[in-house]
Amino acid sequence: MIGRIVSLGRRGCEVLEALGRAGQFLAQSAVGVPSREGWYLWLRQVHFVGVLSLAIVLVSGLFIGMVLALQGYTLLVDFGAEQALGQMVALSLLRELSPVVAALLFAGRAGSALTAEIGLMKATEQLTSMEMIGVDPLRRVVAPRLWAGFVALPLLTVGFSVVGIYGGYLVGVEWLGVFEGSYWGNMQASVDFVGDVGNGMVKSVVFALVVTWIAVFQGYDLVPTSEGISRATTRTVVYSSLAVLGLDFVLTALMFGGFS
Amino acid sequence: MTDSPFVVVEGLHFARGEKDIFRGVELQIPRGKITAILGPSGTGKTTLLKLIGGQLAPDEGRVRIDGEDVHALSRKALFRLRRRMGMLFQSGALFSDLSVFENVAFPLRVHTDLPEAMIRDVALMKLQAVGLRGARDLMPSELSGGMARRVALARAIALDPELILYDEPFVGQDPISKGVLVQLIKRLNDALGLTAIVVSHDIQETLSIADYVYVISDGRVMAHGTPDSLDVDEDPRVSQFVHGEPDGPVPFHYPATDFFSDILNMEKRS
Amino acid sequence: MKRSKTMELGVGLFMLAGILGLLFLGMRVSGMAFTVPGDTFRLEANFANIGSLKPRARVTMAGVTVGRVTAIELDTDWYDARVVLELDGELEGQLARDTTAAILTAGLLGEQYIGLTVGGDPETLADGDTIRDTQSAMVLEELIQQFVSNMVSD
Repeated sequence: MIGRIVSLGRRGCEVLEALGRAGQFLAQSAVGVPSREGWYLWLRQVHFVGVLSLAIVLVSGLFIGMVLALQGYTLLVDFGAEQALGQMVALSLLRELSPVVAALLFAGRAGSALTAEIGLMKATEQLTSMEMIGVDPLRRVVAPRLWAGFVALPLLTVGFSVVGIYGGYLVGVEWLGVFEGSYWGNMQASVDFVGDVGNGMVKSVVFALVVTWIAVFQGYDLVPTSEGISRATTRTVVYSSLAVLGLDFVLTALMFGGFS
Repeated sequence: MTDSPFVVVEGLHFARGEKDIFRGVELQIPRGKITAILGPSGTGKTTLLKLIGGQLAPDEGRVRIDGEDVHALSRKALFRLRRRMGMLFQSGALFSDLSVFENVAFPLRVHTDLPEAMIRDVALMKLQAVGLRGARDLMPSELSGGMARRVALARAIALDPELILYDEPFVGQDPISKGVLVQLIKRLNDALGLTAIVVSHDIQETLSIADYVYVISDGRVMAHGTPDSLDVDEDPRVSQFVHGEPDGPVPFHYPATDFFSDILNMEKRS
Repeated sequence: MKRSKTMELGVGLFMLAGILGLLFLGMRVSGMAFTVPGDTFRLEANFANIGSLKPRARVTMAGVTVGRVTAIELDTDWYDARVVLELDGELEGQLARDTTAAILTAGLLGEQYIGLTVGGDPETLADGDTIRDTQSAMVLEELIQQFVSNMVSD
């Protein structure tokens, strides 16, 4: 019994220690004035995590918008309220689905790649040799990736929303015959730019920070073997998905729960 | 002061988790010479280099390079000290997203404000020294293991360091690459007069170039001397290692219960 | 460092697309209009009941959107709702003094908006004037009540 409590305590200490390391890591990598070359490194990472994730995010967004319209239509038509379709599609996308689904896709596509890349650099001693040359790998390797993820995910989320709303339009208006004016009109009347688009973006910025942070930290902190890399990649996807979904609940409760 | 040792390691203790890796290591690395540190696998030779380079901090003891206590330095001073060191990693550790030329130019770009034309000249000079000027536009993934290590060597000497650390330079190389590397290390040392520490378990190659040898085992310095004196050392542990005998003080078998009773146990169980 | 033009172009397009997307979300989806001040003029209208009319609701004329609701507040003199409308500058001096404003509903459950119908008065409304003739929102409960009391009186 006492042994159990001891092992629980030890586990707790380990978790706290890891959190502490991760926090210190974030603080050390996020600061620092980016030089001209740092800016270019950042650009390269935006390309890597943003532009290359664009296809999967946009295609998913289109399908989710279409499915929402289809499901929403069959539900709303029973109440004779199919004009409210635009509002339903837009609000569910902007408030919930875009930030969350884009973040999950981002964790799977870009987060795991970041972990594997940094892990491989660690396993092949590139990080150590950088340190021996006198360059801080946190600044040169980690910081550009962190900031790139921070910028890329909100942009991807915007893309997801736009494409999703268009997908809803295709199914609702072009296929199921909802009146086009009421699709857009109802949407415009009910969507508030600050309250809905803005809060969705805030969510997405928070998710971007958390997912990229987890990804680069897992890469930097892993055991430098091939097994360690594969484990850390899995951990990145699992931890960031859980973090995104859990934080989403907290943020939704704060933003739309009416506790203010 | 030129006769004083360049690197001094005093009473070094280091533990990783529960396991003691070093229990009081004492080393004196002479200036301008090649010093070899030999030892069986798993004795923490790479860890020792990391301690000397200041990437790990010892639990006890000190490492002094040219009079400066490595682990008492501020981060900034440590990075300044590292500019005077080069390190060749076991895997080469070339930056996989940069070309061969850019890899060699990397330390120059980071630490100097030289104009582009000068950087080009210096980098090409270093590549010429390792015989790979023609491979400057290749990416590290296109190089063979031996070539990668030579490029890494060119990068390690790009800033003309005073001290260079070689971590297992001969591991996993074919005989030709081994010969090339042995020659390069020797030649660079003679030409540039730099202090070199070679960590290795390839006895023959290492002994052929080293001026002085330390043998490390069980977290301590087991023997030290010139290559010739070690060759005739009486200590059975030293001679087992130096002559590569399969059994001796380091047993062939991993510690286990008696073989015969183990077999009988198995039969009883089935 | 090797620079790649296509990569830079890709990142540039990516960011541009993100900004355009945000613009789309602002204008098309949440219906914000970026109007130059001076291009519009304001009218006020008092309604006995505005139903669920919200700020930024459309103001239409013959189905064409000509402006937006900018503010809704309670008029404490009369205890009815004062709605401030912002209309296209082109209409200034064109609307007759007896123009009527009605709160209409798009579809049965759709959003509520204001419909303007022009009257025949030769004098016209200017900036800051009040529309006298208004028609309140339909409230479902009131309709049902009326219907039921009619049934009873029959």
